[in-house]
Amino acid sequence: MTAPLLAVENVGRRFGGFVALEGVTAAFQPGKVTSIIGPNGAGKSTFFNVLSGVLTPSSGSVRFKGKDLAGVRQHEFVHLGIARSYQITNIFPELSAHENVRVAAQAGRARYNIWTNRKRFSELDDKADAALVAVGLAAKRTETAKFLAHGQQRALEIAIALTSDPQVLLLDEPTAGMGPEETRDMVALLEKLASERTILLVEHKMKMILGLSDRILVLHHGRLIADGSPRDIQTDSEVRRVYLGQNDGYA
Amino acid sequence: MSSPALAAPATASERKPSSVTAALAAYRVPLSILALCLLPWLLPSKALAVNVLVYGVVAVGYNLLFGYTGLLSFGHAAFFGAGAYITGIAIGQFGVPWLVAVFLGILGGGALAFIIGGLTTRTRGIYFSMVTLALAQLVYYVALQASSWTGGENGLRGFTVDKINLFGTTINFLDPINKYYVLMMFAALALWAVSRILNSPFGAAIEAIRENERRARTCGYDVEKTKLLAFTLSGLICALAGTMSALHLAFVPLDVLHYHTSGMIVMMTLLGGARSFFGPFVGALAFLLMEDVFSLWTSHWQIIVGSIFILFVLFLPRGLWGTFLEKAVR
Ligand SMILES: Nc1ncnc2c1ncn2[C@@H]1O[C@H](COP(=O)(O)OP(=O)(O)OP(=O)(O)O)[C@@H](O)[C@H]1O
Ligand SMILES: [Mg+2]
Repeated sequence: MTAPLLAVENVGRRFGGFVALEGVTAAFQPGKVTSIIGPNGAGKSTFFNVLSGVLTPSSGSVRFKGKDLAGVRQHEFVHLGIARSYQITNIFPELSAHENVRVAAQAGRARYNIWTNRKRFSELDDKADAALVAVGLAAKRTETAKFLAHGQQRALEIAIALTSDPQVLLLDEPTAGMGPEETRDMVALLEKLASERTILLVEHKMKMILGLSDRILVLHHGRLIADGSPRDIQTDSEVRRVYLGQNDGYA
Repeated sequence: MSSPALAAPATASERKPSSVTAALAAYRVPLSILALCLLPWLLPSKALAVNVLVYGVVAVGYNLLFGYTGLLSFGHAAFFGAGAYITGIAIGQFGVPWLVAVFLGILGGGALAFIIGGLTTRTRGIYFSMVTLALAQLVYYVALQASSWTGGENGLRGFTVDKINLFGTTINFLDPINKYYVLMMFAALALWAVSRILNSPFGAAIEAIRENERRARTCGYDVEKTKLLAFTLSGLICALAGTMSALHLAFVPLDVLHYHTSGMIVMMTLLGGARSFFGPFVGALAFLLMEDVFSLWTSHWQIIVGSIFILFVLFLPRGLWGTFLEKAVR
């Protein structure tokens, strides 16, 4: 087994007296797709927030390529190689699709240059275009982001994350709010991305997860209750009990 | 800022800038300077023209922070005033050459902006506005108390610049036209610098922060550091305007540090159009003209100007210049 790219040990997170995440230990290998599932409020997004520096863990540690991430500020995560998308679309609404991706790419190149014309950084245009092509938005290049369809906005956010060429990509419900058609497109995109990157995925759509994942983690009330291959998870009695009668689980 | 979860209807197509707008944007610096060159011949008095210059520059500096970075400071009088006082003190009490005094004013005001920015840019929304206001008030009281330096309530006098040497020639600075064009060179430099900043990668970063701070941070921008840099640059430009004001009036009233001045800077920027390059000059002109006209009619002119300001915020959020660009130059 190769060394894990990302490892969490005994991670917990509290909000006041409320325990949103507790005692989660897991390691993630490069090149795999791992899905995190669980009922609403299980702590999935909280887990992602801890992995991406949005929240600091109340206990435990997060290691990336052996380095402890305690004290690393949120904006540095992407420079280390951890990029993410959010459950609620998080883009630059007034900028064009291309500007959205370009300004993201620029963060790795020039952040405090106040004097050079930004057009001179033409490699950023190429990088931005490549990311738009990768998510199938090349034709929407000059469209203002807020005027894109919902599914296209979700794809744009993934393009933004891709500009940093991340080693780990965290996707929090990329198909949230999508109809069947948009979902199909997104699944195709994820399948393509899965062949080249390490992906952690939060999703509710069970069929999609079973098809995409190498491994599935199940969170319930902030605790990890199962961790295994899609086959193991399907037959796990504890998981079945948690999901029993929950429509969203197997939708 | 929340995300636009509601997808727009398909008919709401993208607004492509017309070729006129694109040309105006590409040549915004020379066009702005041309407009400033003509200004004294279009206005009823040369003194008004110089005032438009001074307050236009302070509003341009403020716009960098408010319009482009999205931070509503209520304390920018501090940097304007610091520039004015430092220049006046340097000339009047230390006999420093006027051009050196200008640089000292800019640097001093910029340093103050760095300090106040360092204390405030970590706060957000209304807290940011309130803390900038409070710290600027502190600067006001320091200036009031340090009367041996600043002249206290009477203001600072005794540093009249009557002749200046520039490019090997001696210019009579008391002549209003000479004064205007000398000060205009500083305004031109400020416009050029701000245009470069807006075109730079940093210009894209501050826009990203204004658009969506959370996304900008996730993309890898150090939001706090970027805001501090924007705050400091904004303060430098406002301090330059302060030094221009000091040279112009040969007097620094304590009022330059008053929160009225901060409020006036906000109003000018909004009247002209935040986020538009030349808007702040238009706003300064509109404000000063209104002040001139309405103060002839009534001593309660501020009520009228304030009401007009409220109407602008409600119905013309892009301001005079922003709306003109949007409607007339399509
Ligand atoms: N910032 C916060 N402050 C207080 N409570 C929070 C905060 N963030 C999350 N929580 C709580 O923590 C619990 C876990 O939330 P989380 O968003 O991680 O769930 P989730 O598994 O992503 O759910 P969903 O499927 O609905 O997205 C919820 O009960 C939520 O209310
Ligand atoms: Mg969630």
